[in-house]
Amino acid sequence: MHWLLQVASGALIAAGVFFFIAGTIGLLRLPDLFTRLHALTKADNLGLGLIILGLLPWAPDLLAALKLVLIWLLVLLSGATGTHLIAKRALRRDGEDPG
Amino acid sequence: MAEFLLAAALVLLGTMSAGLLRVVLGPTAADRMMGAQLLGTTGIGVLLLLGFAFEVPALADVALIFGLLAAVAVVAFTRRRIETEAD
Repeated sequence: MHWLLQVASGALIAAGVFFFIAGTIGLLRLPDLFTRLHALTKADNLGLGLIILGLLPWAPDLLAALKLVLIWLLVLLSGATGTHLIAKRALRRDGEDPG
Repeated sequence: MAEFLLAAALVLLGTMSAGLLRVVLGPTAADRMMGAQLLGTTGIGVLLLLGFAFEVPALADVALIFGLLAAVAVVAFTRRRIETEAD
């Protein structure tokens, strides 16, 4: 494993963790529901994506690497649709919460 | 390298517990649901990091299933409320 690859994967994982921290702080401190949704998906897609990108060189074979990318795509899709559903529900107040 | 992955997993665990604060504080149910979704995604991150730190390839499948469950939970949360309004 070339040392440059190790440094690159370490940097990517550190960036991913940074985005997770940023997303969580955003989720806690932002005033409004919709701004929190924005911070939430930032942490989801970007944080996890960078971590998976950083883990790719460590994957033993191509299948494991493809599985990682599959996980990331799944989280992308589910995060986006889930966030839209929550936003739509909160916007139209069709749930029972007064928010 | 494994130590670095474990350190990253530990930091993610910290953010996960911070995210739980939103589940407790959240004024509306939607905020609580977002906290749960963030918990799910951070859980996937921790699982993947641990999987590669301990050379356990099965944890990638666990992370995949965890991602599926988190997705289903969000949809169930929004769909269920709308159904009860209808009848």
